[in-house]
Amino acid sequence: MAIQEIIDKMDYGVAPENEKEAHKWLESFDRKFKLYIDGKWIEPTDKQYFEVFTPRSGELLANVAQAGEDDVEKAVLAAEKGLKAWRKFSSHDRAKMLYAIARHIQKHSRLLAVLESLDNGKPIRETRDIDIPLVARHFYYHAGWAQLKDRRFNDYEEIGIIGQIIPWNFPTLMLSWKIAPALAMGNVVILKPAEFTPLTALFFAQICQEVGLPDGVVNILTGDGETGALLVNHPKIKKIAFTGSTEVGKIIRNVTAGTGKKLSLELGGKSPFVVFEDADLDSAVEGLIDGIWFNQGQVCCAGSRLLVQESVAEKFISKVKERIEKLRIGDPLDKSTDIGAIVDKIQLERIQEYIEIGKNEGKIFQPNIKLPKGGWYCPPTLFTEVGTSAVIAQEEIFGPVLVSMTFRTPKEAVLLANNTRYGLAATVWSENINLALDVASQILAGTVWINSTNLFDAASGFGGYRESGYGREGGIEGLKEYLTPKWKGKTKSRVYKEDNTLPPKPKKSKEILIDRTPKLYIGGKQVRPDGGYSVTINDIWGDYFGEVGKGNRKDIRNAVEAAEKGIKWKRFTAHARSQVLYFIAENLQQRKNQFLETLQRISGYSEEEAVKEFELSIERIFIYAGLADKFDGLVHTPPFRNVTLAMNEPLGVIGIVCPEKNPLLGFVSTVFPALAMGNRAVCIPSEQNPFVVTDFYQVLETSDLPEGSLNIVTGSKDELVDVLSKHAGVDGIWNLGNPQLNELVEKNSSTNMKRVFTDYIERDWFNMTEGESSEFLQEATQVKNIWVPYGE
Amino acid sequence: MAQTKPKLEQKTKNLSIERNEGTVLDLNWINSIRVNKSAVERRASSLTKRRSVKKDWQIAWLLKAVTCIDLTTLSGDDTEGKIKRLCTKAKVPIRKEILEKLSINSKSFHTGAVCVYPEFISEASEEVKGAGIPVAAVSTGFPAGHIPFDLKLKDIEYCVANGADEIDIVINRKLVLQGKWKELYEEVSAFRIACGDAHMKTILATGELGTLRNVAKASVVCMMAGADFIKTSTGKETENATLPVSLVMVRMIREFYKKTGYKVGFKPAGGIKTAKQSIQWLILIKEELGDEWLTPKLFRFGASSLLADIERQLEYHVEGFYSAANRNPVS
Repeated sequence: MAIQEIIDKMDYGVAPENEKEAHKWLESFDRKFKLYIDGKWIEPTDKQYFEVFTPRSGELLANVAQAGEDDVEKAVLAAEKGLKAWRKFSSHDRAKMLYAIARHIQKHSRLLAVLESLDNGKPIRETRDIDIPLVARHFYYHAGWAQLKDRRFNDYEEIGIIGQIIPWNFPTLMLSWKIAPALAMGNVVILKPAEFTPLTALFFAQICQEVGLPDGVVNILTGDGETGALLVNHPKIKKIAFTGSTEVGKIIRNVTAGTGKKLSLELGGKSPFVVFEDADLDSAVEGLIDGIWFNQGQVCCAGSRLLVQESVAEKFISKVKERIEKLRIGDPLDKSTDIGAIVDKIQLERIQEYIEIGKNEGKIFQPNIKLPKGGWYCPPTLFTEVGTSAVIAQEEIFGPVLVSMTFRTPKEAVLLANNTRYGLAATVWSENINLALDVASQILAGTVWINSTNLFDAASGFGGYRESGYGREGGIEGLKEYLTPKWKGKTKSRVYKEDNTLPPKPKKSKEILIDRTPKLYIGGKQVRPDGGYSVTINDIWGDYFGEVGKGNRKDIRNAVEAAEKGIKWKRFTAHARSQVLYFIAENLQQRKNQFLETLQRISGYSEEEAVKEFELSIERIFIYAGLADKFDGLVHTPPFRNVTLAMNEPLGVIGIVCPEKNPLLGFVSTVFPALAMGNRAVCIPSEQNPFVVTDFYQVLETSDLPEGSLNIVTGSKDELVDVLSKHAGVDGIWNLGNPQLNELVEKNSSTNMKRVFTDYIERDWFNMTEGESSEFLQEATQVKNIWVPYGE
Repeated sequence: MAQTKPKLEQKTKNLSIERNEGTVLDLNWINSIRVNKSAVERRASSLTKRRSVKKDWQIAWLLKAVTCIDLTTLSGDDTEGKIKRLCTKAKVPIRKEILEKLSINSKSFHTGAVCVYPEFISEASEEVKGAGIPVAAVSTGFPAGHIPFDLKLKDIEYCVANGADEIDIVINRKLVLQGKWKELYEEVSAFRIACGDAHMKTILATGELGTLRNVAKASVVCMMAGADFIKTSTGKETENATLPVSLVMVRMIREFYKKTGYKVGFKPAGGIKTAKQSIQWLILIKEELGDEWLTPKLFRFGASSLLADIERQLEYHVEGFYSAANRNPVS
């Protein structure tokens, strides 16, 4: 084209990124990649390879090994060896290694960016300016934690071999999110990159060689879901860190149930993007572009549900439409491309199916853009006039598809924002900080961006609420996923023991007592069990003692409902909660004799033992009353002009299955940390001695605890736990001291991906470290990171 | 809504740009303006990285930039000799042989305007006569604008009488900082009347307005008062044209156009010194306002040293080796 012609048209022309070096690298492996095990490239035993294509044109990029069972075994053996070597490294030496990795990422940054764009189809602008710089930052940040490990986490130790399974949407970035914290805390990893996008992980393997990382510390196994399943099921892999779909996350939860494997799962989302009338609308439009049309919308935290206030809806939507018209969809390796290719044909078809469904559910808008030929491209798509019941408004599409709805008031905005099974992220636009923070605090999501979208940094934890999974990546909160308390690590041989020796039975009192008929405690009232049955409770000598109500599934249902309604407790100030807990302790103290008697008569405690358990129970309530207003969050410092508030929020409703042993202390040690953090609880007490808990009703009734905060259902544990752990209204389930129920509880938890807290070794409830550590507070809370950029 | 004469239908039929006649002052609009600084900065910094122009496109874009330059000298030591040199350069901004190699007609290729102090208007007009280059003069007590109001009007009248085609007025920053939008509106409206047929560029001196929100509000008030262009800076403030400030101003231009149908021009001034920067601003305009703004009628750079860098870059593209400053005529 003649120069004058361009001057008249002022178009952008083409600006191709040079891809020669990336191809040269692929050629250096003859475009055939083996498995990276024990620091070497190893041929897969079955000699199976699969093809990897570039989404920009559908052309073949390379053949990559499919790891099978034998290969996973080899990797585990290598990792065991690697772990020994890595353990011997000092914190400082591990830090030097991570630092070197970060440096090498930077040295190869353009090659990685090009390779990523080729492999995934995302625009080079994103890999160059966002993905790869964040990867380097992640390793630098964790080099720091590696150095500080000895000094800051002295009570913890590494978990061991970690299996990590990452998705195709941010191949290198997700690799860094997984590998950096794991290595920094002294673990070794076997990482499986996504089948569609394994190439940058293989390049990373080369970096591991370059920096001289000990063999076996990082192993990269390429393969499909089968390979992933082999990792998940391997007994020597102590933790699985997975990022991917909620569907697969649930499978992982199910198959690892009862194995004691730690899990962190970063799953799907349908994140709300809330625009209030007092927002900087032009900036909000740009936020939305970054929210849903970043990485072709293939982002788990994509702002895919636009909620805009009615008063500005028309204006805002028209601005959005104008802006979409300016998006450039095309070759990912052109520097002026906004939207590249969809990762794979299958994914493209899935998105197209949703778009077809959407056409019947709302009004579609697609810009007048010509799609490139060849390759897998999808135009940016906006649906307006979509109802809450629409499929496209509920399901994660994982593509460049936005649905929009309107709201009238902040309250309605929150209602709609939370009207989802997910809870990964949210965005709030308003120039009124009161409004923005108020709404941010009410939206159930792990990350809330105020007047910004899709900001990420290693210093801030990322992860979900609800069915978006659990565990955090980044920040100090992310490190805890790769550590275990030392007492658990060192006492791994400690198992649950049955002690069958009976103490002598005390003499029965001759006094005739008034018959006590403990009911259930639901919604602040003592209620009769729905079924009208009672359970006979014998003392430990096998003699009849009395009856308690036999709760059934409906009682659990009612208890959870009462807990859901008991939101008042969550809204109490931390100070007010602590006051109530102190008051409970005060009232409990007054009934000392009654509790001592119950402990002795039913559980066979000596007087001395009973006193010890009672006194420690009182003290423990005091401890959690004291901690109620002291488990502060953090302010993270990512490299922006911004505060990131890491707030510890209660899970919501926690189902607590109390230990059989120590019926009073076990009850207090589990229920009170949950309450202290603002959770409501549904509690199933010790089956053997429920009376210490039913005796508690009166204490609760006189202590100003709002109704629904704590609900207690007695009866058959097996039956009640099954219902409670499946209930979708329960946000967390704790089963401590009933190891036989772990598998059931963990399996059932997958209905709504409730957080699980189970014990695989017996806890000594009298021990301070084991019985009242910060572990309980962490389990009772989830971290919400609220990003608040500032500046006027 | 601003009370306007939106002639949208006519606008689509008529390709020539209709002059902004201004509107009544709409304080509701002014008061509802919101600008989020961090978000604006993010957009401004990523916008220029989202687009890239290479090879022939880069050449063409740089040539376009040249045609949008208000080649400027605003110094205490300006003399007739200096003005003469400036005008010569404005007429032949790029060496003929370079343009020839690019098949550009050098006869009609010149900068957007020359910009001088009032004292030199007639000298400049004389020099650029027949070249189709407008003469712009700074006025109203440039740069600080702290002279009595009637002297400001006299200043404009002097410029008009001496043949200035464009008049770059400075707004009274005090009125912005005190939130006196009505007074600002009235003052600028009076300037506009005084300008008559000469086009009025209103210099906001954004570096002295404190906040981006003030920049946005002042932009809209000036457009309501009939500005033909809104301009960032005098070049004398400590902070001159920046991309975030420019983004805020062009968004207001877009909004004003939507409400009234008037296309108001934009002129970043001060601190734009490199070819690369000039392309960043063109990208900003293309993305935020659209191609129809990529014309000297609606977009100007206020710059003195930018041209030299562009010329060097063009020589490199044409000759294949890097140029040196002494090879190209200075202004």
